[in-house]
Amino acid sequence: MTTTSLAQAPVLIEMPPIDWAASAPLWIVFTGACVSVLLEAFLPRHQRWPVQVLATGLTLVAALVALAGYALSGPGPVLTFGTALAVDGPSLFLWGTLIVLAIPSLLLLADRSVEPGGVFVASAAERAAARNGGGGSGPGGPPEHVDRSYGAPDETPTMQTEPFPFVLFALGGMMAFVAANDLLTMFIALEVLSLPLYLLCGLARRRRLLSQEAAVKYFLLGAFASAFFLYGIALVYGYAGSVSLREISEAAAGTLASDTLLFAGLALLLVGLLFKGSVAPFHTWTPDVYQGAPTPVTAFMAACTKVAAFGAIARVLHVAFGSTVWEWRGVLWVVAVVSMVVGAVLGLTQTDVKRMIAYSSIAHAGFLMLGAMALTPDGIAGLMFYLVAYGFTTVAVFGVISLVRGPDGEAGHLSQWAGLAKRSPLVAGIMTFLLLALAGIPLTSGFTAKFAVFSAALADGMAPLVVIALVASAVAAFFYLRVVVLMYFSEPAEDGPTVVVPGAFTTVAITLGTLATLVLGILPTPVLDWAASGTFAG
Amino acid sequence: MTPEYYLLLSALLFTIGAVGVLVRRNAVVVFMCIELMLNAVNLSLVTFSRIHGNLDGQVMALFVMVVAACEVVVGLAIITAIFRTRQSSSVDDANLLKY
Repeated sequence: MTTTSLAQAPVLIEMPPIDWAASAPLWIVFTGACVSVLLEAFLPRHQRWPVQVLATGLTLVAALVALAGYALSGPGPVLTFGTALAVDGPSLFLWGTLIVLAIPSLLLLADRSVEPGGVFVASAAERAAARNGGGGSGPGGPPEHVDRSYGAPDETPTMQTEPFPFVLFALGGMMAFVAANDLLTMFIALEVLSLPLYLLCGLARRRRLLSQEAAVKYFLLGAFASAFFLYGIALVYGYAGSVSLREISEAAAGTLASDTLLFAGLALLLVGLLFKGSVAPFHTWTPDVYQGAPTPVTAFMAACTKVAAFGAIARVLHVAFGSTVWEWRGVLWVVAVVSMVVGAVLGLTQTDVKRMIAYSSIAHAGFLMLGAMALTPDGIAGLMFYLVAYGFTTVAVFGVISLVRGPDGEAGHLSQWAGLAKRSPLVAGIMTFLLLALAGIPLTSGFTAKFAVFSAALADGMAPLVVIALVASAVAAFFYLRVVVLMYFSEPAEDGPTVVVPGAFTTVAITLGTLATLVLGILPTPVLDWAASGTFAG
Repeated sequence: MTPEYYLLLSALLFTIGAVGVLVRRNAVVVFMCIELMLNAVNLSLVTFSRIHGNLDGQVMALFVMVVAACEVVVGLAIITAIFRTRQSSSVDDANLLKY
């Protein structure tokens, strides 16, 4: 044992060289987040909203430009920050995906036309004033604790602007998560992306109890899952003596040490990662949080967290555990099947539209597992294409959901969607198109994505799983079509919801998501080619 | 002194924490159990660091402590917020979202 040498030689830690150009998108987003916090602290309240929207938008555009500039220069894979961050083909693709998906999510988040004053809770002082003046419901009161719109009638109500820095921090965490090349960096990134999301979930202006309940559930379960993730890191470190993904892979291939530590560690690691990707049986938070969180936050969470989680799952499986694929693949088969079945079957029984989309996301997580398990370049490409396609469709779906409103906020219950096509053919048409994309009908991105993932899985010897996935897709298609039938062939209720005419932000976000769904369905080749252009560096 | 004992202790503490999360009803206690799990992991990390004779595990333990502190900040904020509206911190009372 060499432990005595630890005490004697002073260990000099040298600053590792940092490739600023390669990591530019990451540090631009984090710098933007810090600036955004400062703006929040020093600007007077009425100036915050426009300045924050501008600053956040500029940050995202700058990160995207830096990313495009770097990616177009045709770089090889780079390990930077020591070996903590791998900027390779998949990292760049997923960074692009995350930033591009964050833009429509942010537009939904910033919109103040759909919900007067924005969807987020007003400040404590205003809330207290409203409670004293208006006699708000006390504790244990009805859950529909509706706030008034704040501010004088002639001025635009102010909106809390903390969500903007939160979104940027979460986005930065997600970007670090998909590029993390060792497990410690991955853990820190996991927390950086999770903590702002927990807070964002609890900030809804309407239905505050639901929103706070969602935040508590998400937080407690998320912290529980990250404790498992961390114990997995400890066990894998105990096995390999390092947390670098490459060294874990080398240790797994070349030592005679007991495999118990390695596979116990992998199992616990996967608990944490699958939780974030909302893969059944680690999915229980998903419906509650999707339903309770403010809809723009759900959009951001559903699209971007999925991208980040599956990017990280794929990297861990490919780089660190590629050499032991035959030991773990059987277990993940079961997980994928459970996820597809749970998502498709329980989705059938849902009556709330946001919960239904949540179960749909669980089923999609099962399909994504197929891509993550296919350890071939086609598998990565299919997985990443699926993530882009699914992300755009989901953001647009939640954008549409936020438009259909009853007297007390969004019309969540499916029965309220009956006959929507008669009230608003355009919104019903867009929703139909998006639901068909989620179901995977040809000419939408959903079909192309499923095709790419399933063919990669088939080529990597997972034929039984592909058959199950096809059956699950068919079952899931039923509950999407149920909504379509409801919108077109039912009589609208007398006191049915109204469809709000959205402001520019929401319109742009929905249009962007819908167009991307259409274009990726008709012309998928450029994106597929880009997705296939690189493999994981380690 | 064999370091394996520390690993066993760490596994035991982790299990106690995990069971606590599952059976306790007060959100703050559930949260404390999660912190216990994180600290059990710290013990494992430090022990493995000694077994392998490198510093990675100890550095990680420091990172974990910082992360745990951040989690406390966010977690207590959320629990306080829901306590204010409900006057209860029992995780069983938060039951509006289901099915």
